[in-house]
Amino acid sequence: MNWRGTALRLCNVAGMPIFEPFVRLAAGEDPKEQFKGIAKFVLLPIVAIALFVGAWSLAAKTVVTESMQLPSPSATWQAGADLFAMHFAQRAEDRVKKDEMLSEAIVFMVQAKSLENQAIAASSSDKETLLANALIYKKKAVQAANYVPSSAPTFIDQIFTSLKTVFFGFAIATLIAVPLGVLCGMSPWFNAALTPAIQMFKPVSPLAWLPLASLVIIWAYSNSQPGETFFEKAFLISAVTVSLCSLWPTLVNTTLGVASVDKDYLNVARVLKLTWSQKLFKIILPASLPLMFAGLRISLGVGWMVLIAADMLAQNPGLGKFVWDEFQNGSSTTYARIAFSVLIIGLIGLVLDRIMICLRNMVSFGNPVAG
Amino acid sequence: MFSLAALSLLTIAGCGSSKITLEDLEAAVAKLPQDNTPVFVADNENDAVTDMLDIEKPSLKFGFIKLTDCAPLVIAKEKGFFQDEGLNVEIEAQSNWKVLLDRVIDGQLDGAHMLAGQPIGATIGFGTKAHIITAYSLDYNGNGITVSNDIWTQMQENDESLKSPTPPHPISAKSLKPIVDSYKQEGKDFNMGMVFPVSTHNYEIRYWLAAAGIHPGFYNKDNITGMVDADVLLSVTPPPQMPSTLEAGTILGYCVGEPWNQQAVAKGIGVPVTTNYDIWKNNPEKVFGVSAEWNEKYPNTHVAVVKALIRAGKWLDETDADGKLTHREEAAKILSGKDYVGADEDLIKQSMTGTFVFQKTDVRPLPDFNVFFKHYASYPHYSDCIWFLTQMRRWGQITESKPAEWYEETAKEVYKPGIYRKAAAMLVAEGKVTTAEIPEGEYDGYRPATNEFIDGNTYDARDPIGYINSFVIGNKDSDEIR
Repeated sequence: MNWRGTALRLCNVAGMPIFEPFVRLAAGEDPKEQFKGIAKFVLLPIVAIALFVGAWSLAAKTVVTESMQLPSPSATWQAGADLFAMHFAQRAEDRVKKDEMLSEAIVFMVQAKSLENQAIAASSSDKETLLANALIYKKKAVQAANYVPSSAPTFIDQIFTSLKTVFFGFAIATLIAVPLGVLCGMSPWFNAALTPAIQMFKPVSPLAWLPLASLVIIWAYSNSQPGETFFEKAFLISAVTVSLCSLWPTLVNTTLGVASVDKDYLNVARVLKLTWSQKLFKIILPASLPLMFAGLRISLGVGWMVLIAADMLAQNPGLGKFVWDEFQNGSSTTYARIAFSVLIIGLIGLVLDRIMICLRNMVSFGNPVAG
Repeated sequence: MFSLAALSLLTIAGCGSSKITLEDLEAAVAKLPQDNTPVFVADNENDAVTDMLDIEKPSLKFGFIKLTDCAPLVIAKEKGFFQDEGLNVEIEAQSNWKVLLDRVIDGQLDGAHMLAGQPIGATIGFGTKAHIITAYSLDYNGNGITVSNDIWTQMQENDESLKSPTPPHPISAKSLKPIVDSYKQEGKDFNMGMVFPVSTHNYEIRYWLAAAGIHPGFYNKDNITGMVDADVLLSVTPPPQMPSTLEAGTILGYCVGEPWNQQAVAKGIGVPVTTNYDIWKNNPEKVFGVSAEWNEKYPNTHVAVVKALIRAGKWLDETDADGKLTHREEAAKILSGKDYVGADEDLIKQSMTGTFVFQKTDVRPLPDFNVFFKHYASYPHYSDCIWFLTQMRRWGQITESKPAEWYEETAKEVYKPGIYRKAAAMLVAEGKVTTAEIPEGEYDGYRPATNEFIDGNTYDARDPIGYINSFVIGNKDSDEIR
């Protein structure tokens, strides 16, 4: 089996050219050429990052106002380590508390049982009191058993909330943008009708959408009780804001992709007398997938950026709220925690982008676009 | 000892959100080895065990703003007082007072740490209209007015006595007046910050300025910025942003709660000139607000919440034989947690433990800077509500003349001492509070008339119209405000 070819294609599709020189080296190709590749993709970035960290350290010593100071890389790292430690400490504490409450519930039940046993032998007037008390203990027991830890979400909880929100919002955006884009691409008339609206709404900032999104969500939920609904209001407000801002790149790119399907393909479809749906699913969609995914990639990037802003403004749970709360704390560790969050937000953005590149490359029929 | 049964319950609890029922518990207890089961033979077996309220909604989410006076909420949670009532409470920081109020109105929050003016303003329809009520007052006092270093130096030039490291208090705004006048002369705006249009801070800084003849500006029907005819432009800034806004030079001073005045001293960017204890001794400050609809739906839950809050207030104000506040250092530590106020513990401790740092050279004892429970501070007094209404009328937020009865009726619509009394009575029965700590039964909710204000004016809640008319600067009750 040609493992070398497979591995190289994997590197390519995954958008990880960084591993290519290693694969070639392992396959016994010219080492000099490969070391050049390693120098370019591994050593050079390491040097650049080192320079950045150095400049950052220097800046941390210089950027000091009366009330604030830019955190140093080491302080940022420490703050990050603390945040993770706090998460696990909180979880452990919640578990201990839950166990305690369960034991307490058992104690209450035993108490109730013993009162009931006493009631059997007691006189009728005592019996009533004893049974009533047993009932109260049972009530207490049920309540203690159903204890739910209610600690504030930790940094790691917020990361997951943000990821959930961005994917949900992105999914809504995709469900709207792809069908619309296909219609726009297939029908010049439909396209002409929608273009002004698309051009107008595309540049609108999330901060402008947010109040309208919350208005609509709150209206939609006005008749339902909290807890009875499937989603939290705050979650939906964030997700809808993400959708509103991130659907445009997908829409525009899908339109472009569908509109620029090779005429030869369409002629073939005509010759083969394919039905409309066959033409759509066998020819148009596959041919426009690479551009569509390029649009989705931009959309997800926009969505992630918008989400952080939406969290900050609307107090929706997530990383944005974490950063905002820390900004409001104004303690001595505030800025280090914010700097750490910024790095994490950037890192997650990077990973999301990589995932989308990988997906795009997988549908690009062996000729992935660089980047 | 009961780990076996608890473990079997844990596996039930582990699988999803299914609730543990009485049957589950009985099954778990049945699994306990017989010889291990203790027998409870209490001598008071025939006495009624304290009953629990039937909680309609055990999981609650309350909002707060990062200020030390959210302490009763935080303490009730951290010391397990909510849990004793069968409540699982999450406390969530909000970015500003507007977001907090909106989220209580639309039900995303069950209740919140609110400015006393917020339930009142919402109920009478200034700003967002919604029926918000309160059955628990969170605290008295707790605010300060801070000016930038530059303004402080100029104030010292205007008043020689301020040049001392420990200038005489209270400091009035008289030495500020020439500065404001010269800004006006040069056509420059004199900007100061407060936290919300219906905040105590807004009324306090206006009170302080107006007492020295500086006009803080009116509200009217068309202009709800409150800057009509203003010498000093007061604008809204969220509390935690006050110090950085001052440092950026956008505002020259502000009125805010703690720890944001102490922060200015600690960072060396401003000087607190007065606290609201000097403007009005034991003035009402924050309340615990919920929507009237929420209260109707969850009456027992509300009583349970107030019970926990009363215990928290009492815990916060506990003193030893020498009158020293015993729990405040622990409270400061809890509040400094990043999910609560989040400022450094030392900073929070400064005002919480009964001292206040005016300048690094001027640290004064101020034992009543934060009052949570004593002087019946947690009771919702009608007269406190009426004071806010008089100030709303004075500055034009209430645009038409109202009869004295309207003030009383509105107070009864917003302040609900009945709920407080019910909660307090249960606590007395449980032995957690003494009757002396609660206003006596025939108390009508009117604190006695007082003249402990910086301008020496007398406030009697039974005569709101007379009080409104007694101010030199401000609308008179007969004035029609367009």
